[in-house]
Amino acid sequence: MVWVFNYLSLNCWRDFFTVKKRSEEEVAIEFGVFIEKRRSEEGAIEFRAKMGRTSSSKDDAQALFHSLRSAYASTPINLKIIDLYVGFAVFTALIQVVYMAIVGSFPFNSFLSGVLSCVGTAVLAVCLRIQVNKENKEFKDLPPERAFADFVLCNLVLHLVIMNFLG
Amino acid sequence: MAAPETSSAAVPTLYTNNTLRNAFGGVLSFFILLLIGVLAFSIRLFSVIKYESVIHEFDPYFNYRVTQFLTKNGIYEFWNWFDDRTWYPLGRVIGGTVYPGLTLTAGTIWWLLNSLNIPLSVETVCVFTAPIFSAFASWATYLLTKEVKGAGAGLTAAALLAMVPSYISRSVAGSYDNEAVAIFALIFTFYLYIKTLNTGSLFYATLNSIAYFYMVCSWGGYTFIINLIPMHVLLCIVIGRYSSRLYIAYAPLVVLGTLLAALVPVVGFNAVMTSEHFASFLVFIIIHVVAFVYHIKGILSPKMFKVAVTLVASVGLAVCCAVIAVLIALVASSPTKGWSGRSLSLLDPTYASKYIPIIASVSEHQPPTWPSYFMDINVLAFLVPAGIIACFLPLSDASSFVVLYIATSVYFSGVMVRLMLVLAPAACITSGIALSQAFDVFTRSIKFQLPGISSNAEVDAGEASSAIAEAQNDAVKTEKPEETSRDRPSRKNKKKEKEPVEKPSTKAKAKAEKKRLLALPLEASAISLLLLVLLGAFYVVHCVWAAAEAYSAPSIVLTSHSHDGLHVFDDFREAYAWLHHNTDVDDKVASWWDYGYQTTAMANRTVIVDNNTWNNTHIATVGTAMSSPEKAAWEIFHSLDVKYVLVVFGGLVGYPSDDINKFLWMVRIGGGVFPHIKEPDYLRDGQYRIDSQGTPTMLNSLMYKLSYYRFVETDGKGFDRVRRTEIGKKYFKLTHFEEVFTTHHWMVRIYKLKSPKNRIRGKTKKSKSKTGSASSPKGKKKNP
Repeated sequence: MVWVFNYLSLNCWRDFFTVKKRSEEEVAIEFGVFIEKRRSEEGAIEFRAKMGRTSSSKDDAQALFHSLRSAYASTPINLKIIDLYVGFAVFTALIQVVYMAIVGSFPFNSFLSGVLSCVGTAVLAVCLRIQVNKENKEFKDLPPERAFADFVLCNLVLHLVIMNFLG
Repeated sequence: MAAPETSSAAVPTLYTNNTLRNAFGGVLSFFILLLIGVLAFSIRLFSVIKYESVIHEFDPYFNYRVTQFLTKNGIYEFWNWFDDRTWYPLGRVIGGTVYPGLTLTAGTIWWLLNSLNIPLSVETVCVFTAPIFSAFASWATYLLTKEVKGAGAGLTAAALLAMVPSYISRSVAGSYDNEAVAIFALIFTFYLYIKTLNTGSLFYATLNSIAYFYMVCSWGGYTFIINLIPMHVLLCIVIGRYSSRLYIAYAPLVVLGTLLAALVPVVGFNAVMTSEHFASFLVFIIIHVVAFVYHIKGILSPKMFKVAVTLVASVGLAVCCAVIAVLIALVASSPTKGWSGRSLSLLDPTYASKYIPIIASVSEHQPPTWPSYFMDINVLAFLVPAGIIACFLPLSDASSFVVLYIATSVYFSGVMVRLMLVLAPAACITSGIALSQAFDVFTRSIKFQLPGISSNAEVDAGEASSAIAEAQNDAVKTEKPEETSRDRPSRKNKKKEKEPVEKPSTKAKAKAEKKRLLALPLEASAISLLLLVLLGAFYVVHCVWAAAEAYSAPSIVLTSHSHDGLHVFDDFREAYAWLHHNTDVDDKVASWWDYGYQTTAMANRTVIVDNNTWNNTHIATVGTAMSSPEKAAWEIFHSLDVKYVLVVFGGLVGYPSDDINKFLWMVRIGGGVFPHIKEPDYLRDGQYRIDSQGTPTMLNSLMYKLSYYRFVETDGKGFDRVRRTEIGKKYFKLTHFEEVFTTHHWMVRIYKLKSPKNRIRGKTKKSKSKTGSASSPKGKKKNP
């Protein structure tokens, strides 16, 4: 049974990290680039790449951001709205944590219910995004109305519990 | 049973045959499930038939008392109830320290029945709650196993669970304890989790959280769920089975589950602060990281993804190390690393015996012996490994969960005998899978080789329809080609393909050939089938015997068979009834903590300590009093306002669970808090003796005196039937206590504290030291 696990895990880690084609450029990048941390005058931690044999990693980082941005720009608008909602929920949670750090956590149940409601709505919105995303082959025969109805139901239960726990 | 034949071509007839066969299968399954429910209910009724409809043991009496209070005063009073009739003078906040699931369930059932004008008493509802919920539990097992392997395995597993002795032992009619509903909640929560994992539907995730809430309300064993599910999620991620369904199954459960757990007053903020829950948060973070990585990988090109990985890995590693360092510092600052005593004793079996003697002293917390495995799960003990192998052929998310469940529950059952109960559903599921697969192989071999059913077309349709009707996993091979490991289709998609697809006949012929080669010889299959049925028969016989003989004793009523018929020992209820009728309502009764719940429930008197054992010092006070000489014991009891002392004594009839046998635990627990009580003082050469070789400290202790006072009058020699010796000190008088009641078989003895004297004799008498050495057995009139 152990060898079954080994075989499966090896296979899957290889899938996880493998790339389809490796050009010489990429190999060079892999060997030549490593990241170094340094403190600048302002005290912020700055990342600087030591030069390898080929292109600098600043270009790489820029290329990365550029490709991320272009890939994200092509997502449909309803998914972007959900992403915005998730970001807002997480941001609200962070604000609550900062507030708790400043003021103290006395009504702990209120703090807990506030933070967990933000985290909970974020999680549920991510689930909705997963189910509505057309690129997801697993959910291709799930009508988006059904996904939204489930989302609403779960949110109802969540907020009922929150309001009970808020105190 | 002739199928309605249409006069058209063969294919529609076969199609009608298939739907008819499906319908027949469905109806048959329904009736089988109904019968399984009736079986589960009726096999637990032995104690009601043999004795009476009475609540058993100790803990159920507390639950019964709480349910009585709930039905009489309503739910608001119940949430805010402060009980002052126990743990005198401390009292106990019942609303905040009891798991309300069981009492609320029984209270709801009682209220529902009474509002429908079915006037069942609270006691009847309490006695029969456990059998009803065991029927529900077997139906939940059917649903769970159906999600894992199919309906055939489901029915087998449900039938096995209905009868498995370890579950019967904690859910007979009358055993009104938390596990009665908690096992049902456990299996149902696991079923909803697997269903969410298989379908990826947020609706089932919501139901899963609500079922988890019911489990948290019912039993402290909910920590098993909240640690097993994260373990399974981690396992799936590690072996590469991450999918978005896993995220939907797990992430809402953590958030909603933590909130719902924090709603229950017993758990409260422990839901976020104790180490038992940290695993779920850790895996919550891990699954988000993994989901994010998969998402980025999906939208980036491979080269960019490589760059991103190198960039993020170093940053992420540094942040991770910092966070982990903080977490370790936080956790290490608490002495038990954040775990509660009971959980620690599960992880480190030697912990309780070293540090918490109360937990170690409970007989249910001892490790089980090998015979108890065969007693409690019988035939399943060797069907389980076969089931584990069957779960790997093929491995799916659900079957990996079953494997993990059985592995962890076997480990925990090895630590504590009480947790054999958690092993029972896992064993039934895996055995059900194994048995069902075995039956399938044999019946298929037989059907293959019976003459007259060997035409290819019939075989095709028969194979396809039987495969569909049983929803076997290998039906996938006939329906779709093997997909790449990346896109694992959900079971919902597989099940939707019910109609047999028109296959090219060549492929069908090859399939039939392959199946023919896999068939076993006809005679071997037939004999093996017979042997399997015989195995099942042995299992049934054993379960019925265990239910009838071993697990149906109410332990408040004892019976023994002798040459002149059946003797019934009803001494406990006799003693509690005497207390109820002959003492004042406000009198305090002191006894060892075992009998606290029964005393408050049946005698309705205030007790000093009871089975909740939440205050070790208070129990140690009572233990010290029982171990001290009479005067010191009187002082302790007088300071606690005690009026009556109750001891259980089995020496006359041979009842082995009496207080003299438990006495060393009293010494140990008392000695843990009050250092002047030393266990070696009570042992002669390391042996515990109460005969003439017993140590003076032992022979002068209160427990000895109260148990054996006037015992020599019964047979002239004072022969103790449990310890099998004559007692050491036979003739003595009690100076500070007086005997007020002894039951018919001397099993319960009640003493009253003598009031302090009015006049104190001269001060010169005070210099005389009281008994501690071997003084004369005659009592002297001493200053109190």
